[in-house]
Amino acid sequence: MTSVEESSYDLGVVRFFAIATVVWGLVGMGVGLLLAAQLAWPALNFDIPWLSYGRLRPLHTNAVIFAFGGCALMASAFYVVQRTCRTPLISRGLAWFVFWGWQLVILSAAITLPLGITSSKEYAELEWPIDILIAVVWVAFGIVFFGTIAKRKVEHIYVANWFFGALIIGVAILHIFNSLALPVSLTKSYSAYAGSMDAMMQWWYGHNAVGFFLTAGFLGIMYYFVPKQAGRPVYSYRLSIVHFWALIAIYVWAGPHHLHYTSLPDWAQSLGMVMSLVLLAPSWGGMINGIMTLSGAWEKLRTDPIIKFLIVSISFYGMSTFEGPMMSIKTINALSHNTDWTVGHVHSGALGWVAMVSMGALYHLIPILFGRKPGEMYSVKLINLHFWLATLGTVIYIASMWVNGLLQGLMWRATSIDGTLTYSFAEAVEASYPGYYARFIGGAIFFIGMCVMAFNVYQTTQGKTRSEAAAPATPLMKPTAAEGASA
Amino acid sequence: MSAGWHWFVILGTILSLAAMGWLLVSNRTTSGEETTGHEWDGIQELDNPLPMWWVGMFVVSIVFTLIYLAYYPGLGNFDGAGAWSSEDQHQAEVDAHEARFAPLYAELGAIDSDALMGDRRAMQVGRRLFINHCSTCHGVNANGSFGFPNLTDEEWIWGGDYNAIRTTLVQGRVAQMPAWGPALGEEGVTNVANYVRKLAGLDHDAEAAAAGMQSYNTICIACHTPEGKGNPLLGSPDLDNDIWLYGSSVEEISFTITHGRQGNMPAQADILTDDKIHILTSYVRSLSQ
Repeated sequence: MTSVEESSYDLGVVRFFAIATVVWGLVGMGVGLLLAAQLAWPALNFDIPWLSYGRLRPLHTNAVIFAFGGCALMASAFYVVQRTCRTPLISRGLAWFVFWGWQLVILSAAITLPLGITSSKEYAELEWPIDILIAVVWVAFGIVFFGTIAKRKVEHIYVANWFFGALIIGVAILHIFNSLALPVSLTKSYSAYAGSMDAMMQWWYGHNAVGFFLTAGFLGIMYYFVPKQAGRPVYSYRLSIVHFWALIAIYVWAGPHHLHYTSLPDWAQSLGMVMSLVLLAPSWGGMINGIMTLSGAWEKLRTDPIIKFLIVSISFYGMSTFEGPMMSIKTINALSHNTDWTVGHVHSGALGWVAMVSMGALYHLIPILFGRKPGEMYSVKLINLHFWLATLGTVIYIASMWVNGLLQGLMWRATSIDGTLTYSFAEAVEASYPGYYARFIGGAIFFIGMCVMAFNVYQTTQGKTRSEAAAPATPLMKPTAAEGASA
Repeated sequence: MSAGWHWFVILGTILSLAAMGWLLVSNRTTSGEETTGHEWDGIQELDNPLPMWWVGMFVVSIVFTLIYLAYYPGLGNFDGAGAWSSEDQHQAEVDAHEARFAPLYAELGAIDSDALMGDRRAMQVGRRLFINHCSTCHGVNANGSFGFPNLTDEEWIWGGDYNAIRTTLVQGRVAQMPAWGPALGEEGVTNVANYVRKLAGLDHDAEAAAAGMQSYNTICIACHTPEGKGNPLLGSPDLDNDIWLYGSSVEEISFTITHGRQGNMPAQADILTDDKIHILTSYVRSLSQ
């Protein structure tokens, strides 16, 4: 590894993606917090259509998944592929096209969704012109990524890149097939699928947006940043092979568990359920490799808050990938479906895993991208503060939704001595309010943590360092002077 | 599904599971070296074997899947050895539920309505039936809301005796107030609305009301009578009191006259048993007493 080689890396686009991640994180989580407040205090939609829950909810999900998550994935994929292939990106121009194209997609979403322009497919609400733009940008992303892999200067392809590759191919297929539609105007189209076929396509897409975007992609982040930050080798090469192929092979089967007890044919429901159970082991393979890579570096938990972010994110990953198969079991799903339990499950993955692993990766990346020494954020203590805010916020959020979910599920099915339902729907809503308040508090704490991060990142980009006692810079594997100067 | 899709599903499932088994078997041994010898950006990989507890968990889930798919539907058109279907399970649960509570409802159903109204236990059952089946529109306390009649007051659009309420429940009701906007014109509608307010003893523009009287007496009296009394046989409400299903302002009454109203009470005959309708009818009667 030479400094000449490192200085040829294209870090400009990575830098922009990293900052965009923080900005969209603030926006997406801020909208989420407003929605949590609206559920607790419904008057907060102010009777303004653009602020109504039904329009802001897709804005929140699109912003956190595709804007915050997408930018985090693109930043790390472009960074990791260069460093692990020892070659700059194949095309700087195309990489910039990916950046600005993706920002245009996000901007279009931020305008059309509050206006009520939607295809009404969950996590795929954007209308057809934006869908086409997404496809074009995504293919460009793939060309840059795989082109860079193709001209790598090392023999083997690093495991993180397998996962980024699976993300790119998987999401391309999912997005294109799920979004097939017949346009009737610039802002309105009808899905190419009808009835339960449409529902099945939707959840084949929806569940694999979780599988390939929010799992495979972020496992790619984990596989680079965990060994790098811990200064430890990856625990098991065999395990990474087996769980990678098993994960991408089995995930595509699991969609029907979103459609239990519907008009979807029985065979599809039970096949989807049982394949979701098989998915537990492949999912946990990633957790084992992450945690075991960190083992042997436990003492760093005392000094390095980035390691804390990473280990806690892997723990939440393990927990939610256990919870998911469990909730896909029909008998459990009969209780949990349509309750806040699902919302809690999603957020234990979204806040605990996706957001926290991204934050760990960003704290690793930002100093390097802005020409500072590795680990040299403006303030390590603020990283630590952010870690505790994020963890506490996530725990309060998911615990309140578990309680609400069980409460709703049990109230909906409770029957009286005469066989009638004991509670009306509105009574279950009324009983959910304490959980809504708690969820708002958890979300607010998480959001404050994100604000702390934004401040810390801003100060770092301004070249400032907060004088702090006893907070040594993070030890990295083989730190070289060149790493600091590589940006 | 067609035979082609049938075998596509079976082969896809079995081959995927077999591939998982092959993955596990072909990665059971390691090189014996500490690392794989690769290095990327300073990251090395250890060649540790697969954790056995994890392999065990994986294998158990695959074996469970095979057993499950032998018993339950999943492999294409193959019904599974258990011949289970969600439709059968649902029907079985509904039947068991009905059978369990049928004696209670038969007992209450045999009691005369007036007696039921005095029976606290029967009225509690009635209230729960009402909350389950009626409260979505009429409200938990039967107070109704805009467009949904209040069942606790003295006005009965379709009649308030036992037979009338029972018929409303069994057959449902569709109200038919025609739209008079095109016939009356905007000013004509406002005039009639003022006259209607006069009948109800509400504030009104005397001049407009006087102008609206003739139209009222030509068009409206067929259902609402010259005095503003409704007719339960037609489902036309009284206009001479302070009970207003669609609001009593000049604007609201004008809207009703202009566009008409088609209130719709859905029929319950296919949803509720005779016994339950008998109990509900008695409960609804009790609300306005």
